[in-house]
Amino acid sequence: MTVEAPTLADPHDWLRRRSRWSVFEIAFWVASLLPFFLFQTYLPLASQIAITALFAVSVDLVLGYAGVVTLGHAMFFGLGAYSAGLISKAGWGEPLTGLIIAGLFAGLVGYIASFIIVRVQHLALIMITLGFCLLTYELANSMSWLTGGTDGLQGVETWPILGVFRFDLWGYAAYGYALAALFLGLVLSRRIVHSSFGLSLRGIRENVRRMPAIGSDYRGHLQKIYTISAVMAGCAGALLTQTTDTVSLDTLSFQRSADVVVMLVLGGTGRLYGAVVGTIIFMVARDQLSDMNPQYWYFWIGLLLMVVVLLMPRGILGSLAQLARRRD
Amino acid sequence: MLTRTAAAMALVLGLGWSSSAFAQETVKIGVILPYSGPFADAANQLEAGIKLYMQQNGDEVAGKKIEIIRKDTGGPAPDVAKRLAQELVVRDQVDILAGFALTPEALGAADVSAEAQKLMVVMNAATSVVTEKSPYIVRTSVTIPQVNYAFGKWAFEQGGVKEVYTLVSDYGPGHDAQSSFSKGFTEAGGKIVGADKTPVANPDFSAFVQRVKDANPEAVYVFIPGGAQPAALGKALADRGLTPPNVKLFGQGELTHPEALESMGETAKGIITTYHYTLERDDPLNNEYVKSYREANNGRSPDLFSIGGYDGMHLIYESLKKTNGDTGGDALIEAAKGMSWTSPRGPMSIDPETRDVVQTVYIREVKEVDGKLQNVIIHEIPDVKDPLHGAK
Repeated sequence: MTVEAPTLADPHDWLRRRSRWSVFEIAFWVASLLPFFLFQTYLPLASQIAITALFAVSVDLVLGYAGVVTLGHAMFFGLGAYSAGLISKAGWGEPLTGLIIAGLFAGLVGYIASFIIVRVQHLALIMITLGFCLLTYELANSMSWLTGGTDGLQGVETWPILGVFRFDLWGYAAYGYALAALFLGLVLSRRIVHSSFGLSLRGIRENVRRMPAIGSDYRGHLQKIYTISAVMAGCAGALLTQTTDTVSLDTLSFQRSADVVVMLVLGGTGRLYGAVVGTIIFMVARDQLSDMNPQYWYFWIGLLLMVVVLLMPRGILGSLAQLARRRD
Repeated sequence: MLTRTAAAMALVLGLGWSSSAFAQETVKIGVILPYSGPFADAANQLEAGIKLYMQQNGDEVAGKKIEIIRKDTGGPAPDVAKRLAQELVVRDQVDILAGFALTPEALGAADVSAEAQKLMVVMNAATSVVTEKSPYIVRTSVTIPQVNYAFGKWAFEQGGVKEVYTLVSDYGPGHDAQSSFSKGFTEAGGKIVGADKTPVANPDFSAFVQRVKDANPEAVYVFIPGGAQPAALGKALADRGLTPPNVKLFGQGELTHPEALESMGETAKGIITTYHYTLERDDPLNNEYVKSYREANNGRSPDLFSIGGYDGMHLIYESLKKTNGDTGGDALIEAAKGMSWTSPRGPMSIDPETRDVVQTVYIREVKEVDGKLQNVIIHEIPDVKDPLHGAK
């Protein structure tokens, strides 16, 4: 990660310059509206891509920026998914409030977990996050009176968004809703990573020992970003529940935690759009490949991952950025 | 991307005539199964059943060609199953949804079937509630309560057992199996002397089996997933002298399917299981089915997944014949209700009220036949319905 060093004179100017919207970003968001007009029959897939992208961005905040290697973020995704489902099952199917409550609940759990997370590093950190995720999974499995166990939660019914937009068969409402949430999540994440707080997170990632020496409270910072990330992952889970009216143990699975890391590596960590691009590539490839051969499509995903990691160690977006810089 | 754009535009532009010209010729069936991931083998066995039926009966019904579109969910993923069902309906414009090996996936897709008014044929998912989620769902497999409730009754009335200890895996199907067996058994007059649960992926049963031994029951009812576990359990039971004839051992069919019998060896002798399909059942139709299945699949034998897919296709074919090729959900489900036929598994029908399967439940005992362990049918209970639907 080469970041041009801020000159001492105008650190705020530097930050402001970094946070300006680029042409590519604007083009990306305009393009994100294309499915409404060109690929209507792909809207259900597009909405699940947007949801997964939000989840990937939440992981990028902790993994890509703060260097907290996590293999258990599906825990927050699943907690969000189950809380949204349970609220709806209890008779309150309003999506927006459900989304907020689910996000806050995941955030609360994230805050509590963060006290342990900041005390461990490296391999131990991976084990702890993985352990948390597995524990939550087993908890949800054994509390089948609440969660429905392996059959999944039944009776989830989401009301129309704002009382107007019904979740339709084509997926217009689902994609619009998920895209809006992804946009908000990215705006918020941009704000975070292009702030002095965001810079101190990178400092933690690069050299955690040095941060206390320059007077930075790294544990506090880590707890903050971990909680924010948990809220975001919880919201992504809640979105999945609300757009599909289903919740199952699969939302908490290790597979989901691992897949999202694969998407991040594909797209490039430590750059928010890397998470989004990685998600799009992974899910579109998965959809197309599994149509061609439903049994053995994972082979091609594995091949894709190896090619990307070998030829583009910084992920697809990271390498593109590097190419662009070289040409300048 | 360019071809996709072009295809999408062509689709939009051509929707008007292509749908009328195209749909008259073909009936599209979208098959949603976990082709990859931990349940891939089940999906492949189920699909082999579908293929065999189409191979035997041709791919043309009521003047229309049958086209299968396969979609992979990658494991128990109801959100993916729902999305695939949506896509099949809006993009591929399928007429019938089929497959569904896993309950959560069937439940996820059920909404789509209800909203789009498409016939949905559940070929495996075995939880009772599935057929109640959409008025267009029909099931051709089995439900866990269906076989186990009848089995519980039989164990007391004909099996002559008064007390049973239950030992099941701690997950949905295990809970269902335990509660329905216990219900049938206690309603008939029996007594459950102990109930225990083992973890779903459990390599060592010795502690659980010791508890069974301490309770000293007349019989043990077990429900565990297939794979390596039946052999491990069989060994643990044999080590403590809890095998037949000392203690009777009851279970559901997976416990003694051919591969499991091989790994359990001698300890399997005398185990009594219940199922809706018995590979070794001596019946001309079944023998023919098993023979052609093995020929088409490199000697692999059919199992419960295969028969679910096979009979599911039969139901689709016969319903289409009845409606003269009309693929509307309402017409097809009306045609499917009350349909009865003779399958390789035996006589079966579709309950006109619940759209669930009604069939013979077999009680089998593991015996040595010509030097090989086999499930030998010792009793048949005809026309068993799922007991939970009626309870509502």
